[in-house]
Amino acid sequence: MSRIGDIAAGLYKGEVSFDFVGRWRQWYIISAVLLVLSLSALFVNSLQFGVEFEGGSVLTVSSESCSVEEARDAAADALGSEMVPIVTELNSSSGRSLRIQTEALTGTQTNDVTDALADVCGVTAAADISAQVIGPSWGEQITQKALTGLVVFLVAIVIYLSVMFEWRMAVGALIALFHDVFITVGIYALVGFEVTPATVIGVLTILGYSLYDTVVVFDKVKENTKGLAGGSRMTYSEAANLAVNQSLIRSINTSVVGLLPVAALLFVGAYVLGAGTLKDLALALFVGIAVGTYSSIFIATPVVAQLKEREPAMQALSKRVAARRVSRGGSAPTIAQSAAGSDGAPNADAEGDTGSVATQPKPRPSSGPRNQPKRSKKRKRK
Amino acid sequence: MNVASPATGRPGRSLLVLAVIMIALGGWMFISGNTSPQLGLDLQGGTSITLEPEVAPGEEGQITDESIDQAVNIIQQRVDGSGVVEASVSAQGSGDSAVIVVSVPGTAEGKLVEQLGQTASLAFRPVLATAPGTNVPQPAPSPEPSKTDKQGGGGNGGGNDGNNPQGNPGETAANPAVLPRLADGDGTGGNNNGGNQTAEPTPSPTPSTPDTGQTDAPITRPEQVDPKLQQQFQELDCAEDPRIGDDFNSGEAAIACDELGAFKYLLAPVAVEGANVDNAAAQIPAQGLGWVVTLDFDGDGTAAFGTTSTALAANIGEPPRDQFAIVLDGLVISAPGINEPILGGQAEISGDFTQQEATDLANVLKYGALPLSFTTAELQTVSPTLGEDQLQAGLIAGALGLVLVVVYLLLYYRALALVAVLSLVVAGLLVYGCVVLLGETLGFSLTLAGVAGLIVAIGITADSFIVYFERIRDEVREGRTMRVALEAGWTRAKRTIIAADFISLIAAVVLYVLSVGNVRGFAFTLGLTTVIDLLVVFLFTKPVVSILAKTKFFQSGSKWSGLSPERLGAKRAVGTKSTVASRRRAETEGA
Repeated sequence: MSRIGDIAAGLYKGEVSFDFVGRWRQWYIISAVLLVLSLSALFVNSLQFGVEFEGGSVLTVSSESCSVEEARDAAADALGSEMVPIVTELNSSSGRSLRIQTEALTGTQTNDVTDALADVCGVTAAADISAQVIGPSWGEQITQKALTGLVVFLVAIVIYLSVMFEWRMAVGALIALFHDVFITVGIYALVGFEVTPATVIGVLTILGYSLYDTVVVFDKVKENTKGLAGGSRMTYSEAANLAVNQSLIRSINTSVVGLLPVAALLFVGAYVLGAGTLKDLALALFVGIAVGTYSSIFIATPVVAQLKEREPAMQALSKRVAARRVSRGGSAPTIAQSAAGSDGAPNADAEGDTGSVATQPKPRPSSGPRNQPKRSKKRKRK
Repeated sequence: MNVASPATGRPGRSLLVLAVIMIALGGWMFISGNTSPQLGLDLQGGTSITLEPEVAPGEEGQITDESIDQAVNIIQQRVDGSGVVEASVSAQGSGDSAVIVVSVPGTAEGKLVEQLGQTASLAFRPVLATAPGTNVPQPAPSPEPSKTDKQGGGGNGGGNDGNNPQGNPGETAANPAVLPRLADGDGTGGNNNGGNQTAEPTPSPTPSTPDTGQTDAPITRPEQVDPKLQQQFQELDCAEDPRIGDDFNSGEAAIACDELGAFKYLLAPVAVEGANVDNAAAQIPAQGLGWVVTLDFDGDGTAAFGTTSTALAANIGEPPRDQFAIVLDGLVISAPGINEPILGGQAEISGDFTQQEATDLANVLKYGALPLSFTTAELQTVSPTLGEDQLQAGLIAGALGLVLVVVYLLLYYRALALVAVLSLVVAGLLVYGCVVLLGETLGFSLTLAGVAGLIVAIGITADSFIVYFERIRDEVREGRTMRVALEAGWTRAKRTIIAADFISLIAAVVLYVLSVGNVRGFAFTLGLTTVIDLLVVFLFTKPVVSILAKTKFFQSGSKWSGLSPERLGAKRAVGTKSTVASRRRAETEGA
């Protein structure tokens, strides 16, 4: 516990610092690899769209007794056409069931098949048979609506972020968002779960979650970089990196707390229930929340920092910071070095020890604006 | 940076507001006696049918909110009329993408599904000829379309015993087969009846029509029909092609089968549209014995029905040419014979109806003509067994997730986690109350996707506390005293929480407005929990933390408080191993 406390304190003050922003190349390469893997997963294992999107009927019979063949024959007889029902067996802890999939049936046909199945499997139609019929155009409609919703949502988000933060953050958030959704969909394809409306819900939730998480980090970045351009203490990248480090514990806690219930959902959905809404939703969510937390830290913030560093004001700031460090510490780390340095501790008064993890005890009164890293390097122990 | 002083007076009031809200919710639940949320069909078992308006090309503008609302009302009344309790009908989406969702809890009834399919067009067509529905010779001389099994003259009682002063015109003799009869239902229509009587002897227009050969002349004899159609009628086998009646326009003669496929009909062009029916009801007339269906036509319907019934009345005694077929979606629902010309716009169908049959027929007549025609886009039946399994799985997952979160929070935040756990409990109670309340007032029902949304919300709600607690810890690390840290941390956390929750709200609103079905239920829970999250953080978590800040336990920075300055590595504790020193310092600072 106290260990974590130490690390957290170190993170906050910039003594322990992970160089998220400076090592952007590394993160971008990792993400690029993940994206390529997702893409190939999509090519190799293209998404299995559920009956909800393709149109058709699914009947589920909870029965221990009747065989797949019996059910198939009964359904085929009841339909009396060339339609060959696809029958699969589902086993879960709540019992065995058969899933009978056919083309879209009419109300009367559904009743006929239900009765035939109830007969052959020795169950009551009302209690043990579930049916789902989806018209062929319905899936298209759902997809259409989901896409419309998505576009409207994204536009609303861009406007909101541009107004509340700035357009660069909107760009960073969107890149992180697409990153998250793409990887999630790729993993979904890899696992081979069927894409159902529940999956769509999951992906939509990831959109919200990814943005939510990014906004929390951005809020800290915004706070840390306020009035930064006027001084010469640290560059934008360093300030942003500090913000990420300072909110790192929050990010970890949040993703753990977010993932725990979803993991429970995934476990129960996959192992207790066997199939259905919960499982599809939970897998999408589990991957999405994990990737969403990753991208807020490793993708969204570096993107914003890079965009920001192109601004004349920020470039001027970088020069001033470099000059100040030269005059103070003799060594003149360039911005790139400082940012890409192994630790990149954004110490305001670097005193030549840029990047080392606070090992030089140099008692100094803490002064300077709040939340700016102090150069007090004392290790605190109980 | 003393944010504390203005805020310290408030915690009591905030908690009071929250208490009032919770007591109001609880009281409402207690008084209304409704303490459990309305469950969606996937959790309790039942049938849900999504109806999609069918739009002919070039008629895209037809789907308006108004026509959808009208359709919802009609379908709702029809479903209610069919005796299914607790069925809900609602429109989702708007404009061209609007759909109607019918939800029927409990065990599914195939009949309802079929009835909902009968949503398109209702019309009255004079019958020209009938024959058995299959080409196997059958002895039955005359159709019996209204599914009555019982034989006997009881059904005629309705016609006789109505206020009709004409009494029994002797149709039993005229039509030995038990056939529903159409009589003038206009109780005060003495004049009309008088007129009927005079009208009856008038030579029917029938003989003249074949001569004129005019297209606008009413078709009253099978011979007037296009020979091709006659041929088609002869060859029609209802077992093979029961929905043949769908293929004909209202302006042309048609052939159709009845519901059972027992009889086929050759029908004249539509005489009265179903939209012209003002009202229909099943009742036992005063002094009557059997159930009858009364019909009221609007102005146009009265005139049209008058003309046609007059013509048909001329054929009394020549079944089936005195019959009026009620055609719904290409099926003959009933084909009552005419007793007399009906000029007053009120008619009464009598037959050997059971209450159920009469009610069904009245419903079809009253609600048959929807402003739009619909196709079944989705039909979902969940058996109660599966529903129970899913509900159980959802609850297990929720409980498991909650326990894991609580354990993690306790390990990490110690005493402070108690505030978080209590906040989660309060949030949980509020969500529960709201779901019950909304189920009662707005018909919101909790689906599996909604439950999943709630489980996800545990994480997002807990995140608000985490953001706040981490901010407080940051402040403590800055070396601020507990009280100052709590308030300063709050002002900063508040902004972050609002900004982030706003994103969730945008997502919820956009998805709710633009989507249908499960996605919508999920969006609703997401929005609801986000609002409650804000409510709880502002009215509960923050005030409780403020109150706790005054306790010695937290002020002293005990290592179990989760805010121990030493453990957090606060500046004040720099280089000191003595907790006493740091405490004293904290106290002097706080004072």
